[in-house]
Amino acid sequence: MMLELILLLLVGGAVAWQSERINPNLPRWVAMATVCLGLILLMSAVADIPSEKFSITADPTDAQSWLLYSRHEWIPRFGISLEFGMDGLSLLMLLLTLGLGAVAIISSWDEIEFKPGLFQANLVWTLAGVVGVFLSLDLFLFFLFWEVMLIPMYLLIAIWGHENRGYAAMKFFIFTQVSGLLMLLSIVVLAIQAADDGNISFSYGELLGSAPGGTAGMLTMLGFFVAFTVKLPGFPFHTWLPDAHTQAPTAGSVLLAGILLKTGAYGLLRFCIPLFPEASMQFAPVAMTLGVIGIIYGAILAFAQTDFKRLVAYSSVSHMGFVLLGLYAWNSLALQGAIMQMVAHGVSTAALFMMAGALQHRLHTRDMNRMGGLWHQAPRMGACAMFFAVASLGLPGLGNFVAEFLVLAGLFAVAPWMAAAAAIGLITAAVYSLWMMQQTFQGKPNDEHKMQDFGAREMSAMVVMIIALLWLGLYPQPVFDLTEPVLEGLQPLVADLPSTIAATIAGGTP
Amino acid sequence: MTANEFVAIAPLLVMALGATLVMLQIAFLRSVRLTGIVAIVSLLLASASCYYAMTVTPLQVGALLHADAYGLLFCTLFTLAGAVTCGLSLDYIQHHGDEPEEYFLLLILATLGACILAYAVHLASLLLGLELLSVSLYALIAYPNRSALPLEAATKYLVLSGAASATLLFGFALLYAATGTLSFSELGVELGRSDMGTALLMAGGAMILTGLAFKLSVVPFHLWTPDVYDGAPAPVSGFLASVGKAAVFVVLLRLFLDADLFRYEMLVKLTGLMAILSMLAGNLLALLQTNVKRMLAYSSIAHVGYLLIVLMICLDLGNRGIALEAAVFYLIAYTATTLAAFGLLTLINESQVEREQVQLQHVSGLFWRQPLLAGLMLVAMLSLAGIPLTAGFIGKFYLFSAAASGGNWALLAALIAGSAIGIYYYLRVVFYMTRGADEHRHTVDLAPNWSGKVLSCLLIASILLLGIMPQSLMAYLGSIL
Repeated sequence: MMLELILLLLVGGAVAWQSERINPNLPRWVAMATVCLGLILLMSAVADIPSEKFSITADPTDAQSWLLYSRHEWIPRFGISLEFGMDGLSLLMLLLTLGLGAVAIISSWDEIEFKPGLFQANLVWTLAGVVGVFLSLDLFLFFLFWEVMLIPMYLLIAIWGHENRGYAAMKFFIFTQVSGLLMLLSIVVLAIQAADDGNISFSYGELLGSAPGGTAGMLTMLGFFVAFTVKLPGFPFHTWLPDAHTQAPTAGSVLLAGILLKTGAYGLLRFCIPLFPEASMQFAPVAMTLGVIGIIYGAILAFAQTDFKRLVAYSSVSHMGFVLLGLYAWNSLALQGAIMQMVAHGVSTAALFMMAGALQHRLHTRDMNRMGGLWHQAPRMGACAMFFAVASLGLPGLGNFVAEFLVLAGLFAVAPWMAAAAAIGLITAAVYSLWMMQQTFQGKPNDEHKMQDFGAREMSAMVVMIIALLWLGLYPQPVFDLTEPVLEGLQPLVADLPSTIAATIAGGTP
Repeated sequence: MTANEFVAIAPLLVMALGATLVMLQIAFLRSVRLTGIVAIVSLLLASASCYYAMTVTPLQVGALLHADAYGLLFCTLFTLAGAVTCGLSLDYIQHHGDEPEEYFLLLILATLGACILAYAVHLASLLLGLELLSVSLYALIAYPNRSALPLEAATKYLVLSGAASATLLFGFALLYAATGTLSFSELGVELGRSDMGTALLMAGGAMILTGLAFKLSVVPFHLWTPDVYDGAPAPVSGFLASVGKAAVFVVLLRLFLDADLFRYEMLVKLTGLMAILSMLAGNLLALLQTNVKRMLAYSSIAHVGYLLIVLMICLDLGNRGIALEAAVFYLIAYTATTLAAFGLLTLINESQVEREQVQLQHVSGLFWRQPLLAGLMLVAMLSLAGIPLTAGFIGKFYLFSAAASGGNWALLAALIAGSAIGIYYYLRVVFYMTRGADEHRHTVDLAPNWSGKVLSCLLIASILLLGIMPQSLMAYLGSIL
């Protein structure tokens, strides 16, 4: 199923591209149909899995414990195989990917006039790459998808982006590629030093527990860490994000914020920490500090922006800091919080970027100083924006609150001072989110703009995302049930992480 | 000579025959198309005969040549590359010169020289092959165009390359004076004897290294490269950058292995230093170019730098196997990619009559004017940059693995830094190609000929094939090295 899903998306993209010759409106329908087919394929495969499999504790080294698993030889010279596996975490990420993929297509429904076929193709190919990232269990294969998904994304920004697209696309590509090279080096080093008798392997299951100790382990781990933190993005590697987000077309921003950033968090959770438990333990205080700095620094910068998209971009930096904190706290609460944050932030930020795109499409500006009082003309847009702004600031009852609360609760057990510092982020989030609302939708009505309200198509996407966030906020248990066995399988790999951190950070109580 | 020996050097014989045939044909009937086809057919026959020659390997042919799987693999590669260059030149040359038939003769001779280098196990055959290659190239560079730039390029290459050959020859003489032999393997035996005078050897070794480094355009002997590549016709630049360099590297590798020059750690470290300098300088200078040909010239300097790290890795006997595999795979990937990149430049050139330089703005909007060419160019650039699913990535991955298992961290650091810089300028070409269709006004478009399109499609297909399914080549390399 997993290889088929990726192939389906690749072929669907190609069909969408060529369908432009028949009718310029056809590509978006083809792209939409492809994503829906992908969802159906995924759901039908999931329906075939016996339900008790969802509750057994996953053992990453045991092929049987994956919900779905497949392996084919590819490059035996280096022990590389097409090894795919899906567990609850991957499933959740796939649902997010395909769901937000559909949202991205809707958000750019009639925005693209130049080469719509190629646009939709790149969009769907990006999804294919991301799906590959979430399913690969072979590190070489993972790296391949990790790099390849950037090319369609690069083209999306470089061709259909806004005024400064060349610079932004290049910055995005170089940041991720250079950090990717470091990761490739780490992957190679890890595989080579783990090889016995020249039998090299890149399989996740076989590499677990084979990390070198001491400085070598730390340096190898850093290769992974940098690559994933750039993508996350974590402070201080976040500088590509505001540019890429601002210049990308709406669908590109939705994909970037909603999905691509999550691949970084997924990589940390799936690969970086479990593969290098010892080095990660030592590094955790640094990573957590970076997370806290990211939360506060991102929030301050978000508040200083006048560009709607830039504001949302910096708020992403702030929110993803919570993910970093949750991952390195490495206990059930915090990890569940981090995963919840990945999903909730994906949805809420995607919605905000869709809002930004809709505003830009209507007003031809992203400058908030030139907006104001828009609620008057577009009450539906205003209401949606209000909903996602308060979701982003962490209003109880919505997914983001659950996520951030869990991260803070989990973190407090490990590093109380860190938790205290991170909690500032909740206040600052309220400041910039409400500030954003005030600048755009509230205030004195400005009659210069005649703005059309959301239509049925845009509203349907918004309603789906609103329901998703409400569901995540009011009844998050299904998500926890889905990921619990995965986390239970991963946690023993890094058994005594929390106590070590507690010992390192003064004032900690384990 | 026995019949088997003739079989073993069949590719060389076929090419010599082809050259004679082309010469005769030109004497009686001048027709560019016919000459081109005869040249392509004889080169393809030569590459097919490599397969035939494989049946009798390994076989020493006289004192000068040695036919083995390694040499024949490259012989196949060079003849195919020669054929591709002929194909790409067919239309180009009609636009740019009068009575250009001898161009194909020179191309066959250059390819023959490269193949002799692949066979060479003796300093005499090394020099023979190298000179045949270089002398043909002098003429090829200046041949098709009467404007000043190619003449300048050819003169530059003639003078500097001549000086390099002289240095190389002097180095051989010193080596001969010290050891009394010119054969690679006997050199190895002689050098192993402890009573060797070192002053002569060191001078000789330094001169040989200088000469070969010049031909490879390794920093600090690289200054000629951008001017020559820029001035030469695009297909010739492609041939020079791919076959011209690969052939020299092939023989360099064989010299180091057969004569076991790895015993001179100082010499190998020197190549490591040159590798690092080439990677950094090549990539940094490529950053500054706005002319795509000059950019590719500097990037070729960097790629030779990547390749040269193999020699350092070979110092450790345990990793020699993977290092050699890496080198051979990288050479094949690099040859295909470079040919494709220059070939596409040829096609772009063709569609802009009389314009020889390709500035970045000339490819602006290519995606919308010539989607096929631009798509192929995209793959070529990604392969040069080492992005997955292309041959260039697998080659780089090989080098990474080899260097990491040898623990050569300084080289790895330079490799990463170089690749990182490289991404920028390769991507810049892609970015220019994707610019809006309205941002270019100074281009005249002609539809490129179908043969050029087919050839570049084939090249790109092979790049992708090597990138996606590299296993069969890897297994073959593992079996012959």
